[in-house]
Amino acid sequence: MAKRIVILDANRCVGCQLCMLACSRRLGFAGYEKSAIRVRSAGGVERGFTVIVCRACKDPPCARACPENALIPRTGGGVILKPERCNGCGHCVEACDIRAIWMDEEVQKPIICVYCGYCAQFCPHKVIMLREVEGA
Amino acid sequence: MSDWAKTLSRVLYIDLARERYWVEDREDLFGKWLGGIGVATQLYKEEVSRSADPLGPENAIIFAVGPLTGVFPMASKTVAVFKSPLNGYFAESHAGGRSALAMRFAGYGAIVIRNASERPVYLVIEHDRVRFRDGSALWGIRSAETVGRILREITPAPGVRSILRIGGAGEKLVRYAMVMVETFRHFGRMGLGAVFGSKKLKAIVITSGKTYKLPDMKRYREVYQNIFELARGPKTRKYYELGTSENVLVLNAIGALPTKNFSLGRFDGAEEISGEKLLETVLARRVACSACPVACIHLAAIREEYEDSRFMYKTEFISYDHEPIYALGTNLCVRDRFGMLKLFKAVEDWGLDAISTGVVLGWATEALERGLISRAETIIDLKWGDWRSYMMAIENIVRQPNEFYRVLAMGVEEAAKRYGGEEFAMAFNRVEPAGYLTGPLFFISLAIGSRHSHLDAGAYSLDQKIFTSGKDLPDPQEAVQEIIKEESWRQILSSMVLCFFSRGLYTPDLVASALSSLGYDLSEHQLMSLGREIYLEKQRIKKNEGFSAAKIRVPERLYNTETPIGRIDRRYFERALEYFDKLLER
Repeated sequence: MAKRIVILDANRCVGCQLCMLACSRRLGFAGYEKSAIRVRSAGGVERGFTVIVCRACKDPPCARACPENALIPRTGGGVILKPERCNGCGHCVEACDIRAIWMDEEVQKPIICVYCGYCAQFCPHKVIMLREVEGA
Repeated sequence: MSDWAKTLSRVLYIDLARERYWVEDREDLFGKWLGGIGVATQLYKEEVSRSADPLGPENAIIFAVGPLTGVFPMASKTVAVFKSPLNGYFAESHAGGRSALAMRFAGYGAIVIRNASERPVYLVIEHDRVRFRDGSALWGIRSAETVGRILREITPAPGVRSILRIGGAGEKLVRYAMVMVETFRHFGRMGLGAVFGSKKLKAIVITSGKTYKLPDMKRYREVYQNIFELARGPKTRKYYELGTSENVLVLNAIGALPTKNFSLGRFDGAEEISGEKLLETVLARRVACSACPVACIHLAAIREEYEDSRFMYKTEFISYDHEPIYALGTNLCVRDRFGMLKLFKAVEDWGLDAISTGVVLGWATEALERGLISRAETIIDLKWGDWRSYMMAIENIVRQPNEFYRVLAMGVEEAAKRYGGEEFAMAFNRVEPAGYLTGPLFFISLAIGSRHSHLDAGAYSLDQKIFTSGKDLPDPQEAVQEIIKEESWRQILSSMVLCFFSRGLYTPDLVASALSSLGYDLSEHQLMSLGREIYLEKQRIKKNEGFSAAKIRVPERLYNTETPIGRIDRRYFERALEYFDKLLER
């Protein structure tokens, strides 16, 4: 079954960014740039945090915007990136209205969540969770 | 040298006068001294001469992070080193927020800022460039929070950047001005804000943009997992439950809570401003520094009706901790919880160090009470517990409407030298003390420390152990040695750079194993001796700058106020300081 990261309660987020660091670590990197999940304050930490991650759309606009068929819709929701097809045009970034796609500037390819749930294992405050896509 | 250490070894040099920057590979420094305070101390030696004026262009600001920054939980701090405008010596201050990870992932192990700018400037540091931006439009904005709000809008990379800035206090060279980091985190002690102000440096934005390949993933992930679990366990419980404000009632119960300008160790209003009460009434959110699961930052929400317009309300957020509760609460006998939080908000906005401000106001209140000064000087009628008058006094410390407030802005030592009342001017080596009236060891550690934080050596806990065990005080030599031993180990924590709230889990063997997973080859024993060497390096610098522990002024009050282990004996205290000087001569 298709899974995705769900945001259970962004109000519990303390902004530690351990999820972002975990996502990079999964790929063998230290840093923020390769993470497929992002946390930033909602205009100052006193207002809490915004957690941004792919919500695995049923009919993903990013896939439709891709001129090279590099983003393949996944059964149940979300997309799978075929990096060898990607020409780095960035249309997918523009197409995602929740701004959950950004470019890996180093390789000029989009960073796409793989729905593995590694980030959620390192969330100390029950903000995010890997769960089956509803109705998939 | 491991590949990981090499990625850390880049030092960014910034010359504010010439508007130039360049990067140097300093494997020589990072190879031997690891990072953080170890490296920053060496950079200070290179950059700041013994005769440098702390507020002259010849002072330098050095920031450093360490080998664990960005890769292990709770390695969330940046070390700042500079010559303190408060006492004229080598000084150190630590801050969290996003500063450490932003710096590491901008690609730098250390940043050195030289000289002064002619006109107001702010820096935007990215991984591939540094921009010198005209700060004239920001100069004069008194609220450090407002400056942050503006910079959030006009600089790139929300979420992965750090915004360091000063408020009105730094611009006006208040010797205990702080540098605000993100929101509610600070380089608080020792006056870094005034050094920023003297350089016309209003703010620094640091933006991360780099990633690094990690070595030995299998080993690293194992160590990471272990530390991640430990960081959420009992060893950090205090910090994620009540937070440091847990201390208020604990210290009050044993009579170690500095009250009424250190004339008492108990405050009869402690209950109302305790961590327990704050939790029950105002705690509204908890936040964390980057890479820290603990989230010790406790934010209170304070709701307030406008005095001039009914039905008009605002809600403000303010962080609280033990130290500001002591300094602006118990030490000034402020028992009104709301009023105390308003004072926290005021020092936050103006960009002042909460501890120094509270101690300075405590002295001023007592000096006024005793008739050493009058309303002609203070303008305001300062009274114990009257937080509204303290709000106005805080504003005056920054605005400096008369000679008295110009002197107050230089710290309690200068104020007492000028107006008298030295016996109750609480400062050690010219720096106002942190909030523990536990016994002599704590104050010895402040007298000889470089951070003037309670965490220099954690000597309050040595005092408390003597109290709970009922044993006699160790002889002064032994006391000094014990303090040095603990502080030496803490140099390693400050070189990693770890938050000291993680000291319970980062034991020497855990630090060694974390380092080893990154390709470092250092035994526990080697770490311990390196810690001692770093400690001695810092002390040698201070000695060269003229510091002598035996020569510092000790306020009489220290010997006249009861602590849980009795009154502090003058001879004991003096012998400890003399012994410290002798130890360093060797």
